[in-house]
Amino acid sequence: MAATLHSEVVGVAGAMTAGERMVVDQRGLSALFGVLRERGFRVLGPTVRDGAIVYDEIRSVADLPAGWTDQQEGGRYRLTRRDDQALFGYAVGPHSWKRFLHVPLLTLWRARRDPQGVHIEDGGDGATPRQAFIGVRPCELAAIAVQDRVFLGGPHVDPGYKARREASFVVAVNCGQAASTCFCASMKTGPQACSGFDLALTELLTDGRHAFLVEVGSPQGAEVATALPSERAAAEDLAAAAAATRRAEEGMGRTLETEGLKELLYRNCESPRWEEVAGRCLACTNCTMVCPTCFCATVEDVTDLTGSEAERVRRWDSCFSLEFSYVHGGSVRTSVGARYRQWITHKLAAWQDQFGTSGCVGCGRCITWCPAGIDITAEVRAVRDADERRRETRDDREL
Amino acid sequence: MATLVEPRLIAADPMRPAPYVVLQNSRETGDTFTLHLAPANDRRVHPFAPGQFDMLYVFGVGEAPISISGDPAKPEILVHTVRAVGGVTRAMQKLSKGHWVGVRGPFGSAWPVEQAQGHDVVIVAGGIGLAPLRPALYHVLLHRGQYGRVVLLYGARTPKDILFARELREWRSRFDLEVEVTVDRAAAEWQGAVGVVTRLIGRSPFDPASAMAFICGPEVMIRFTSMALQDRGVADPNIFISMERNMKCAVGLCGHCQFGPAFVCKDGPVFRYDRTLPFFGLREV
Amino acid sequence: MIESFERILADHPFFRDLREPHLAIVTGCVSNVKFGAGEFLFRNGAPADRFYVVRQGRVAVQAFAPAQGAITIETIEEGEVVGWSWLFPPYTAHFDARALTPVRALSLDGACLRAKCEEDPGLGYQLTKRFAQVVVQRLEATRVQLLDLYGDAR
Repeated sequence: MAATLHSEVVGVAGAMTAGERMVVDQRGLSALFGVLRERGFRVLGPTVRDGAIVYDEIRSVADLPAGWTDQQEGGRYRLTRRDDQALFGYAVGPHSWKRFLHVPLLTLWRARRDPQGVHIEDGGDGATPRQAFIGVRPCELAAIAVQDRVFLGGPHVDPGYKARREASFVVAVNCGQAASTCFCASMKTGPQACSGFDLALTELLTDGRHAFLVEVGSPQGAEVATALPSERAAAEDLAAAAAATRRAEEGMGRTLETEGLKELLYRNCESPRWEEVAGRCLACTNCTMVCPTCFCATVEDVTDLTGSEAERVRRWDSCFSLEFSYVHGGSVRTSVGARYRQWITHKLAAWQDQFGTSGCVGCGRCITWCPAGIDITAEVRAVRDADERRRETRDDREL
Repeated sequence: MATLVEPRLIAADPMRPAPYVVLQNSRETGDTFTLHLAPANDRRVHPFAPGQFDMLYVFGVGEAPISISGDPAKPEILVHTVRAVGGVTRAMQKLSKGHWVGVRGPFGSAWPVEQAQGHDVVIVAGGIGLAPLRPALYHVLLHRGQYGRVVLLYGARTPKDILFARELREWRSRFDLEVEVTVDRAAAEWQGAVGVVTRLIGRSPFDPASAMAFICGPEVMIRFTSMALQDRGVADPNIFISMERNMKCAVGLCGHCQFGPAFVCKDGPVFRYDRTLPFFGLREV
Repeated sequence: MIESFERILADHPFFRDLREPHLAIVTGCVSNVKFGAGEFLFRNGAPADRFYVVRQGRVAVQAFAPAQGAITIETIEEGEVVGWSWLFPPYTAHFDARALTPVRALSLDGACLRAKCEEDPGLGYQLTKRFAQVVVQRLEATRVQLLDLYGDAR
């Protein structure tokens, strides 16, 4: 059972317990792959492909993006070489772990029509695969927790998500630097992993030593950690890890003021800023695809040419598309400004009323992967400024 | 006496349709028709609360959210009144006796018929909005003694578009129910009222201090009707409306039906009017 | 027992708060009238010299289109006022008003009241205020009717 669904942790005598820390070297990290595969996990992690660091099945440490880092800005993403061989020396790429939990395409059921009637059967492809995620950033842990609330916390539970979640093993990796588009500190989701992982690694690259501080986060994590060759964590290891976290905090590229954010967005439905953004936004839906918390999906019914077989498929959708809000007669949100407003207001305001948290974890992907470089932190700032100006110049009218 | 069923989900997998069969497809007016469905294979009957809706699936074509328009005390036959406006609903229009239909549901919130006990009840319907309100009226009439004055105000486009005309005449002939019907325009033979349904509110014989209102129809009509009720003195928390948005999953997981922070499929479709403010009436929300 | 017109008018929502001497002036222009079902209260194009307060029955405001015949645009019910063209130039009715049922109404001499309003602007303001409100309400209702909300989708 993945640790992330339970907060209580029980220690087993002689084995590792939660909170306990140890240090492994590259050999130990290599061993992790084997240990996970032995336990039936498919290992997924970061790897370089097509000029980006993406998440995919990886076989060994050799597949990790050693010596690579990412340079990110609004509408810009480049990989460049580091001057060391850090394995996790980057921030985040276009993929997020939602592609493995809230999968992009899912056949819900298949149906067949014959003279006896209509027969419906599960669309699943058999048993749920056990998946181990290597390299989950603290902002991504928060994003997974946010999606947990959406899919597991309401009156209707998504059974597929639940099964995949329970069959997952999470190896988090703390950040030693931040990208210019990162603002997890503002959203209080990082740069340090506190909970929601089975194991959390911090890469220690000092004086020719390349090792990883490992923190145990769950009984399952403890069980795996016990099988790895390791040493006790020394004081300087903890200090080095703390220094890495500080570097990430100091390098945080952006900030987002969250004070009164929900009320701000709710009262600014008519802000002139939405018209302004509409002039730049292409409604390309990139932001919703790369966002680790966006969960909107559509359901499509398809049939074959004979009309005797049908299936229902769920796939990712985006509130930026025109058809998203279609009711007979037309769409509710025809203007791009209204669609942008919907996305940002849902993400930063309505989400709080719906699920009790913000929908944004500060990963900055929407800024990087927007072809127009639209920056969510800048938009919030602009709305706030316009709001303040409006309140100052308002005469005796009540708010 | 029929007890009111708690709105809840019957199916284990909310995305899987249950098999139903068409007993009857009757034309109401113009492009509006009513389907009578029964569970296939002698399955369990599917109780619902007035105001709830189902997702109806036509094999290979698709699904559409349709309000249940039948009597909640007689759930053995599942009744839906549909307006043919798109691909799926037009396919439904062609269904006839014996055809298979997939049903998911019931979903959504209900008209507060229990909360309304002891109050005057004002039901204001516009166009096909009468269909989602009919189950509430059935319930109120079945338990007539529990309510004060009961008023039904109905507006249709023209006399030809009056929905459930026969039933309206029957209701009109009752002594314990006030029914007023108006149309937007009519030929000279029409002897009834002509004008928007909001005009009926000023004269209607209910006590604003105790009235609870249920409104269903196009959003603009809901807005003007609420204003007219407020002008009459009906308290904001006593006005309930039914809303409509694009629906795909109907269980609050696909994000399509959001209206402000509310999911119309699970926080609605019936809302207390003042709880939809300030979003109600805002452009493109 | 003959009801006093003054009392009827004073109690009527439309004339409420109309004070003396205005109430007396208006009362002086009132008479009781009856229409059988199908009779016209006034016709399109005729001089608009009267207006009516419906006491019982239903009146249809109609327009006549060549191919379609008479179309009822709205109906006026008990307690409501019919006819405002007497107050505004060119003082001509633009629609037909036809009794759908037997109608009892108060009929007011608009031409006479018009003259009195010119003499007494205070009276003029009181009546104009009330009629403007009727026009606004009817306009708003007409606008909603125009939206054709129950009509076919775009």
